[in-house]
Amino acid sequence: MHVGNYVGLAHGSEQRLVDALNKVAEHHGDEPDIYETCQLLMSWSRKHIEHLEPLVQKYGEDKNPEPDNLETALFHGPRQGSLALLRDLHDVWLLTQQVHLCWTVLEQAAQALRDNELERVCQQCGQETKRQTAFFLTRIKQAAPQALVAAL
Amino acid sequence: MTSETRNSINDIWGERTPHGPGQEWPVRVDERVSETPERWVRGTCVLCSNGCGLDIGVKAGKIVGVRGLATDTTNRGRLGPKGLHGWVANESPDRLTKPLIRRDGQLQEASWDEAMDLIVQKSKAIVEKQTSLGIGFYTSGQLFLEEYYTLGVLGKAGLGTPHMDGNTRLCTATAAAALKVSFGSDGQPGGYEDLDVTDCVLHVGHNIASQQTVLWMRILDRLAGPNPPKVIVIDPRRTFTAEHATVHLAPKVGTNVAVMNGLLHLIIQAGAIDAAFLEAHTTGYDDLKKTVEKYTPEYVEQLSGVPAAELLRAGEILATTRTLVSTILQGVYQSMQATAAAVQVNNVHLIRGLIGKPGSGILQMNGQPTAQNTRECGADGDLPGFRNWGNPEHIKELAKLWNVPVNKIPHWSPPTHAMQIWRYAEQGTIKLLWIQATNPAVSLPELSRIRKILQKEDLFVVVQDAYLTETARYADVVLPAAIWAEKTGTFTNVSRTVHISCKAIDPPGEARSDLDIFLDYAQRMDFRDQDGAPLIKWHDPESAFEAWKECTRGRPCDYTGLTYEKLLQGSGIPWPVNEQHPDGTQRLYTDFVFPTSADYAETYGHDLETGAAVSPEEYKANDPKGKAMIKAAEHREPHEVPDDEYPLWLTTGRQVYHFHTRTKTGRSKALHDAAPDAFVQLSAQDAGRYGIEEGDWVLVESRRGLIIERAMIGNVEPGLVFIPWHYGYWDDPSRPRAANELTITEWDPVSKQPHYKYAAVKISKYDAKAALPQPGLLGRAVDAVQQLISGEAEPTGGSKSQGPQPKTTQRVDG
Repeated sequence: MHVGNYVGLAHGSEQRLVDALNKVAEHHGDEPDIYETCQLLMSWSRKHIEHLEPLVQKYGEDKNPEPDNLETALFHGPRQGSLALLRDLHDVWLLTQQVHLCWTVLEQAAQALRDNELERVCQQCGQETKRQTAFFLTRIKQAAPQALVAAL
Repeated sequence: MTSETRNSINDIWGERTPHGPGQEWPVRVDERVSETPERWVRGTCVLCSNGCGLDIGVKAGKIVGVRGLATDTTNRGRLGPKGLHGWVANESPDRLTKPLIRRDGQLQEASWDEAMDLIVQKSKAIVEKQTSLGIGFYTSGQLFLEEYYTLGVLGKAGLGTPHMDGNTRLCTATAAAALKVSFGSDGQPGGYEDLDVTDCVLHVGHNIASQQTVLWMRILDRLAGPNPPKVIVIDPRRTFTAEHATVHLAPKVGTNVAVMNGLLHLIIQAGAIDAAFLEAHTTGYDDLKKTVEKYTPEYVEQLSGVPAAELLRAGEILATTRTLVSTILQGVYQSMQATAAAVQVNNVHLIRGLIGKPGSGILQMNGQPTAQNTRECGADGDLPGFRNWGNPEHIKELAKLWNVPVNKIPHWSPPTHAMQIWRYAEQGTIKLLWIQATNPAVSLPELSRIRKILQKEDLFVVVQDAYLTETARYADVVLPAAIWAEKTGTFTNVSRTVHISCKAIDPPGEARSDLDIFLDYAQRMDFRDQDGAPLIKWHDPESAFEAWKECTRGRPCDYTGLTYEKLLQGSGIPWPVNEQHPDGTQRLYTDFVFPTSADYAETYGHDLETGAAVSPEEYKANDPKGKAMIKAAEHREPHEVPDDEYPLWLTTGRQVYHFHTRTKTGRSKALHDAAPDAFVQLSAQDAGRYGIEEGDWVLVESRRGLIIERAMIGNVEPGLVFIPWHYGYWDDPSRPRAANELTITEWDPVSKQPHYKYAAVKISKYDAKAALPQPGLLGRAVDAVQQLISGEAEPTGGSKSQGPQPKTTQRVDG
């Protein structure tokens, strides 16, 4: 069974999202909405990690060593300037998509396993991940014209 | 010889004219003249968002007084202290009379041709290099509808820039946002007339007694008559309004959502919901019910400090009242979770079915008099006629109306909000910022940052104003503008009532109306439609009004049935005014059909916590099709809270005798003398702890700056200090005193309204006799302020070498 691998992937991805949100908040702290919203979204991901911990325990024993390298580093660290803000938001958006896909995949497995607890966590957390994605998309759409067209 | 019907400075609201529920509000005509007028000209008061009808008295080409318009639906003849005294500012000797251009670092007089050509040359060069994304407009809540519409068209269809907003973002953006969230479109559901019959009035974060004195007279008259309404006030200070409350809840700042959720909880617990109404006319109730379940009075007490027993009293009134009018203002809009909290007030009405019926209305108030029109006309972050930037059909309508290609009109995301415009200027991607009739160097949060932006070498600042304000001193070009009574136009109050205000006298010197300035710019920029004809086809206020009417056809704010002639007949008229409603509309949603359907709504909405835009697909998938939308929210703690270093809450607000940054009211001697200075209001407990006595100088510091004010003790909760905002430097450069030196750069995720209502500060007694220390933060702040007021301007009085000079004690604390 490979569920443990995906629980681990969800767990690791949420952790990476927290790290990325933290870095983006600090690095782009001059953008008050980015700073404050990242703090909020970070609190959601932290909560997700807490929800995942018992599941990591539960499915961890069955974790299959194959395949390696399921995890790809999407976010390398923040950059400077308005184009950099756009690119950093772009990366965080991708990270949230990664997390969301984990929830979708796990929810499928939860249904097949009749694991109601796992299914509930996937639905609840997945909803919030979707809101994280929506925020970054909105903010990216706002920032893109100015960063690509008006910045000299 | 001055003659006045009442002394409005000492007696703010005047004599009572009691009336009972359902009786017409009696007439009382207030008048104040310095000489007997030769003629009276029809006007409307522009010194708060109430919009009182009045006549302007004129003699020998000068204003000599005003009198209330007895026939007007808004005030029935009454005027407040600002209305009776504010007109004096028109005659102020320091009015700007000629354009100024900065040459060799100094503002010097220039001709209109020189000034406008310079602006046009800059505009064209920026557009060439960066597109119109390099140009931003920051307008006012003080211009007239015709001016905003012209500005909206030249910005959106001429230049095609999304960077248009104004200081209404500071005062009223949340009103619009909350109405859109709940009802799908801007527009107040009720009217002022609902106050004449209601059983209960709920004021949330709204010190109406000070902010809308004439509207408060209407309530005082009900309170003095038979069967008076109950009054619930939610405000952390004991204000003039709170003194009249049946129940006064004084929550900690930043806890409005907790308190509102507690009240919603109690109404639901009492079984007072209107189940049939909820089922037939709303969506989202179940989510609200689930969310507010845990907000018991005890839990709310923990979060907000409001005693459980008090919340229960208020909850019982709200659960049993047969009618309810709620008013909401800055205590909600400028605080944490602004939109979420304002929406919870709407929810009280929705779950009880108290909307669209006589005596039941919601007044999501405006701070500025013409704020409603910036929202309607597209001079701020909205599109003209309450159109939805996310709906391509709405953009097509505008493109057709203006005869421009659809892609000329920026609509790829919501129009840029004010704080973001300033941020782009700070980052250097906006190169030209054109500011009209507003004073951000005093009114925006974190003033040291705003001063830095205004001083940037790569930012070309145009200021259009009647006076050399704190902001105008930083401008590269200053355009002298005509003001109220020197030009004709219309504007709309909170009650949706449209008034006309006519030109009574000529503007001083070469000052021109804002409309004429915009028309001149459009013509010099040679903005054209897609057939090569001039883009802007109107030439004066009335033709601009006629053009605007076409823009509103079929929209919620339908003006098509109005004419200047109709507006001159003795009263303002509330929109929509059209074939169906030729005499206007006192109350919206009487059929309980709300403008939420996907093809008509002004917005597809936002996530209340993050501000993320809801996509058209998502909205259409759950199309409310005319049902009102109930949206729940959890309480969240403010972003900056007191700690060991900064142990007190700061909150800020306006006082009865002043308006905005006192640009006009500070130039009326009577208003100035009544409230010449800011102060810091603190509780007796805190005063004792810091060894401060009434009238002592107090140093107030936050992480962003400091100010020095006199102490005023009492009527505020321990742990909280209050400072009236918007006292700037033009009339007292002796010390840092603008409250916004302290406030934070931050805003609500949905309405983008900045947070002025909370910050963490520390206070200490300040010895006025000591020389101001030069080194350190204090010295730098003083230097900054002195720099601000020095330079090319005329002397502003006050000596730099002396310490703070005591002023007379202000009269008010409410």
